[in-house]
Amino acid sequence: MERYSAWRLFREALNGHRGWTPAWRSPSPKRRYDAVIIGGGGHGLATAYYLAKNHGMTNVAVVERGWLGGGNTGRNTTIVRSNYYHRESARLYDFSVRLYESLSRELNYNVMFSQRGVITLAHSRHDLEVVARWAGAAQLHGVDAEMVSVDEIKRRIPLLDTSPSARFPVWGGLMQRRGGTARHDAVAWGYARAASRLGVDIIQNCEVTGFSRNERGRVVGVETSLGPIAAGVVGLAVAGHSTVLADLAGFRLPVTSYALQAFVSEPLKPVMDTVMLSLATGAYISQSDKGGLVIGGGLDLYPSYAQRGNLPTAQRVIGALADQMPALGRVRLLRQWAGIVDVVPDSSPILGETPVEGLFINCGWGTGGFKAIPAGGTLLAHHLATGEPHPLAEPFGLRRFATGALIDEAAASGIAH
Amino acid sequence: MSGRRLPGGGRIDRNRPLNFTFEGRPYRGYVGDTLASALLAAGVRVVGRSFKYHRPRGLLAAGVEEANALVQVGEGARAEVNLRATEVELHEGLTARAVNCWPSARFDVGAVNNLFGRLLPAGFYYKTFMWPDWRWFEPVIRRAAGLGRPSILPDPDRYETRHAHCDLLVVGSGPAGLAAALAASRRGERVMLVEQDPLPGGSLLWRPAQIDGRSGSDWAERAAAEIAAAPDALVLTRTTAIGYFDHNALALLERVAGAAGSPGPDHRPRQRLWSVRARRVVLAAGALERPLVFPGNDRPGVMLASAVSEYAARWAARAGDEAVVFTNNDSAYAAAHALLDTGGRVAAVVDSRPAPPARRTASLQARGVRTLLGASIVATHGRPALTGVTIRDAEGHDHRVAADVLAMSGGWNPTVHLFSQSGGALVWDGEQALFRPGRSAQAEVSVGAAAGEFGLSTAIEQGWRAGGGEGAPPLADAADERWTIGPLWRVPARGKAFVDFQNDVTADDIALSARENFVSVEHLKRYTTLGMAADQGKTSNVNALAIMAELTGRPIADVGTTRFRPPFTPATFGAIGGRARGELFQPLRRLPAHDRHVQAGAAFEEYGGWLRPAHYPGAGESAHAAEQREALAVRRAVGLFDGSPLGKIDVVGADAAEFLDRIYANTLSTLKVGRARYGLMLNEQGAVIDDGVTVRLAADHFLVGTTGGGADRIAAWLEEWLQCEWPDLDVLVAPVTTAWAVLTLSGPKARDVLDAAGVDMAIGEEDFPHMTFRECRVAGVPARISRVSFTGEVSFEVSVAADRACELWDRLRLAGAPFGLAPVGIEAWMLLRMEMGYLHLGADTDGATTPDDIGWGRVLKRRRDFVGRRSLTRPELLRKDRLQFVGVEAVDSTVPVPVGSHLRSPGLPSGSEGYVTSSGLSPTLGRGVALAMVRAGRSRYGEELLVITGEGRGRRVRVTVPGVRGPGGEPLDG
Amino acid sequence: MLLIACPWCGPRDETEFVNGGEAHIDRPTPAESVSDADWAAYLFFHDNPRGWLAERWVHAFGCRQWFNVERDTVTHEIRRVWRLGEPRA
Repeated sequence: MERYSAWRLFREALNGHRGWTPAWRSPSPKRRYDAVIIGGGGHGLATAYYLAKNHGMTNVAVVERGWLGGGNTGRNTTIVRSNYYHRESARLYDFSVRLYESLSRELNYNVMFSQRGVITLAHSRHDLEVVARWAGAAQLHGVDAEMVSVDEIKRRIPLLDTSPSARFPVWGGLMQRRGGTARHDAVAWGYARAASRLGVDIIQNCEVTGFSRNERGRVVGVETSLGPIAAGVVGLAVAGHSTVLADLAGFRLPVTSYALQAFVSEPLKPVMDTVMLSLATGAYISQSDKGGLVIGGGLDLYPSYAQRGNLPTAQRVIGALADQMPALGRVRLLRQWAGIVDVVPDSSPILGETPVEGLFINCGWGTGGFKAIPAGGTLLAHHLATGEPHPLAEPFGLRRFATGALIDEAAASGIAH
Repeated sequence: MSGRRLPGGGRIDRNRPLNFTFEGRPYRGYVGDTLASALLAAGVRVVGRSFKYHRPRGLLAAGVEEANALVQVGEGARAEVNLRATEVELHEGLTARAVNCWPSARFDVGAVNNLFGRLLPAGFYYKTFMWPDWRWFEPVIRRAAGLGRPSILPDPDRYETRHAHCDLLVVGSGPAGLAAALAASRRGERVMLVEQDPLPGGSLLWRPAQIDGRSGSDWAERAAAEIAAAPDALVLTRTTAIGYFDHNALALLERVAGAAGSPGPDHRPRQRLWSVRARRVVLAAGALERPLVFPGNDRPGVMLASAVSEYAARWAARAGDEAVVFTNNDSAYAAAHALLDTGGRVAAVVDSRPAPPARRTASLQARGVRTLLGASIVATHGRPALTGVTIRDAEGHDHRVAADVLAMSGGWNPTVHLFSQSGGALVWDGEQALFRPGRSAQAEVSVGAAAGEFGLSTAIEQGWRAGGGEGAPPLADAADERWTIGPLWRVPARGKAFVDFQNDVTADDIALSARENFVSVEHLKRYTTLGMAADQGKTSNVNALAIMAELTGRPIADVGTTRFRPPFTPATFGAIGGRARGELFQPLRRLPAHDRHVQAGAAFEEYGGWLRPAHYPGAGESAHAAEQREALAVRRAVGLFDGSPLGKIDVVGADAAEFLDRIYANTLSTLKVGRARYGLMLNEQGAVIDDGVTVRLAADHFLVGTTGGGADRIAAWLEEWLQCEWPDLDVLVAPVTTAWAVLTLSGPKARDVLDAAGVDMAIGEEDFPHMTFRECRVAGVPARISRVSFTGEVSFEVSVAADRACELWDRLRLAGAPFGLAPVGIEAWMLLRMEMGYLHLGADTDGATTPDDIGWGRVLKRRRDFVGRRSLTRPELLRKDRLQFVGVEAVDSTVPVPVGSHLRSPGLPSGSEGYVTSSGLSPTLGRGVALAMVRAGRSRYGEELLVITGEGRGRRVRVTVPGVRGPGGEPLDG
Repeated sequence: MLLIACPWCGPRDETEFVNGGEAHIDRPTPAESVSDADWAAYLFFHDNPRGWLAERWVHAFGCRQWFNVERDTVTHEIRRVWRLGEPRA
């Protein structure tokens, strides 16, 4: 498989672009793999890639019910940041940001990681105090986080109404300069291409319908719509569909699936160069390289597997932005859609062993899974390959729900993640 | 100048000319024109530039599917960008210019991209710009991308939202939609008929037709008028159904006042979003014509055949003088006739089918038009606009023919967007080469062209039946003719053949996508950006997936479509937000005595949804000075504080005491009537969720006090436990927070002030001790008084009916004046409780704080169960090294340590051992006082810690019990 | 946008309601003799099916009454609404 480069692009241009080959192979499944990863989203594909790259396991398959990257990887608002409050979270997400920083070159695929900075707005005295504690915590964990003044915010986001008479006046904010956005599809495709190049089989349109177990109850393979596939170990990375698969495997997860609404405006010339989150309205917004304002900020607050838009959430989120950025009143919404997010009571992921031997899990990222793809993949690969949890993953095991050792960002900071 | 206004006809008012400018040049049109029709009639051929290659583009279509003519209308705060010229109604003085080009659409510097086009295939950016780093290239890419440049000035206009219910919502007022709405309105149903155009009629506005003996447009006008006149019917024009959501909820966007870019009348909103719940929905949104995919198909002058007809019939605008028609189906023959009827010449009709129906070709041959069968167009010529085409005939010979307009038709796509949004599945109709609605997912039926039914009689019949019509439907004078198509998805010839005009996606890009294994329709869309532009792929999606099907040898049905997403056409943020701007976005609550606080000079801030006095700065006084003065007044004399938002919930019934024992972490059943007790509420996970003072008014009646932020939340919480867990308990819960105003007198002179104001009972310490409660009259006003204190000073919390708050405020201020009474804001109040070491929930605690963390470990000594108890005995919650609530005092200076500062033992190399939760300058002591959560804090009194983050970094503090002491170690409240 | 038929008030928009998660979860008693694992199951490990779900709703901006609903989490079709205390079916 060819390397991508400007030179290669130039040569292909002379040749009418007829020499490009498939970005990833689409083989028929073999009868047995050393590891089968369920879920062809960013986390699943990254797991397969790191199994091959970090652990030399290349007899690996990724099975995907639909098309790869078609779940939350291709539906999220692409924000990447690591300014978390708890040490466990900050270390995990910062590990991810660091991997993102070199990801394009590592995968030889431009994932357009753009560290344009993420600003969280504080709208009251209390917000400001919370943010100060939060910034301090992040700094102690080695994550860049700084308080920014209203003037600085105004300079960076001229669209924002920072006047004292605003419904949600801006008192200041928290900024992570290393935070930003990446091109979501490219992350999935880049991992798929790199994994495929290392020998991983990527099998789309292959739905898992059950698990094969040996006499001791250990998972030894998966039943799929394309037939049974034997597996040394099985990894599960299916986000909002985690409980569906857990039900098939016979165990429970503390996960609720919700529809997270997302929005994009018509393409505009650059109007904002920073990612903005508002603590008061929960809305977040950034401008993509194509020019669309990419917006999120609301779940439909009832369990849902419906990947479709809903009006009340649009009114709440788009209305909030029309209020906070009064010039946007005349800008037009182009599309609304939803992704199914896997929400856990403490808003932290679940990583590691399941009650079923031979089956390992990566889920519970909720609304923030995209930013964690490189880390999530590395950690699950580590566990699958070595049988031991990666040190960064250890605090995030299922056990914490019985012991009470929750890692609750929202509770600690009063901020949803 | 080609293209021109026809001498007669069209639905324009020639007596009302309108002046407008496009790209800075003046033009003239008429009332009834769109910007597009006026430009076409004026002979303007280049109306914009494409997204990526900046190729010159002309009008492609006449309606919402227009992909090329994107304009900015107006300037300044009312400028609107990315509007389709086909949807902009002309008005006097309109100014418009093309977006995404510089300096103009006719000469655009960005067109240099076209020269490098070979270097910019689909997805080129994924393969390069990685070295040295994406950030070197991104700014250039960003500037090049995007279409219009929006104003950054606040939008001056208003928007509103309306809710409506109806029996039948009909989307589209063409023949099928009108028939449906007519039938239902005659049955007396509540009907809403929605039409995006200013005029009802749909295709009847331009297609020749006779219904019930009248011309189609006359019939449409009369039918719409009849429906509008029905008592329960509503006809909304200029209104687009943009979203179809669950349970038959639809969103409509009505353009009310102010044509694009012009100021609207002051009394009307600019746009209105309708949120409609319909018992049944009829989708009669018609169909959109598909372009053909052949090299050079984007040259200005290449248009959809139906658009050529529509411009001529509706706006009397002829697209060109010398036309060629290129088609794979029967419908384009009508365009040829329309051109001939309006005085144009048709050089040739090129039909890719070897043997189209003979009557079609014969009718044109009879008028002298050459028809080439089994032929196709392989190139177009002219710069910037069309001057000729190259036709490849059935034998493979190329002929160059002069033409300034090429009318093309690749078949039709039913407008299934709303149907797809509603959850319905599409089915592939191979005979007609289109996707049409399959099984409905909601109470909906698609009719007419939207259902893939193109015969006028059948469309009317379908609409009539869908509307519940009985008897004979309106009668079309001509019988339906069979319509045939022979799919031609792309012309196999070299050159850029565009599929998505707006995003510049070509057939070669689709081939590249297939070659690189992006064969899923979603991958195709995302990799090539096909269908993701502002036109949302209205003209491109089906062509693209059919080409992909060809390339990968799959049936079209197997490739499938992407899911259609709302909105159908782009909708302004303003309209979606509606009236919910400013304070209406999330209304603020005001205190019953708000006006009095204003008079007292309060500076207001929002606290938990309430607008409350932060402090009352005097003339020239800083916020800090005011807060210090107010706190001192309480310590030395008396303060008056408005605590009305504190939650108050009546809990009444035989089992009220039992219920509260289960809810609270501490016991309340032992509370005597007339006494008050502080209580702690946990959630089932053991975290403290609220606290407050509860009084017992009678054996079976408690008044539960909550935090201000908890008032609504806790009332709902109590209801949930009662209804869902303990329905057997005889208890009634009634939130009464806003029924009462609470004014608190606090300070050594508090009793004197109350006395002076007049109270009809004894209020001495023995008669009315701390933590008791009485009902009485204060200054003649019926009142309840609680003896509780959040400041450490003697306090009387006086509650009166909310409508008597101002009266009480006045009386207490008057009575207090001789004693030095000062109104006290929240900030001073917080300072006072901080000095005392009193916990403030939400500031000193977070969502994970347990009772033991704040020194209430004794709740576990209770024998009985209560909400959250079991969780407290989980291992993590029993750890000894949890964060615990303590006081901290600065060792090194009198300056307060900022809230949020993290703390750590000087001996530890890293990490945090806690943080400051509350902090301020004690006016009594003249130094900083603070509260904190510190790891195992209660075992570390006296220990020194280092401030390790924030502005206080490097400073030293000492851990103390919460609350400061006087110089002699005595509590401040003595 | 869901249309939910409150058993007391009739059909109303979803914006008037608050969802309360899985219905018919029994609070284990006596709590102190429940294992940590079983207590966690009660607190956190709930049904989250792709399909029919029996769930609680409260008409928060209406009559404030709780009730049960059976809803398909994919199509959002509601096929049954019943009051608390009525059997599950």
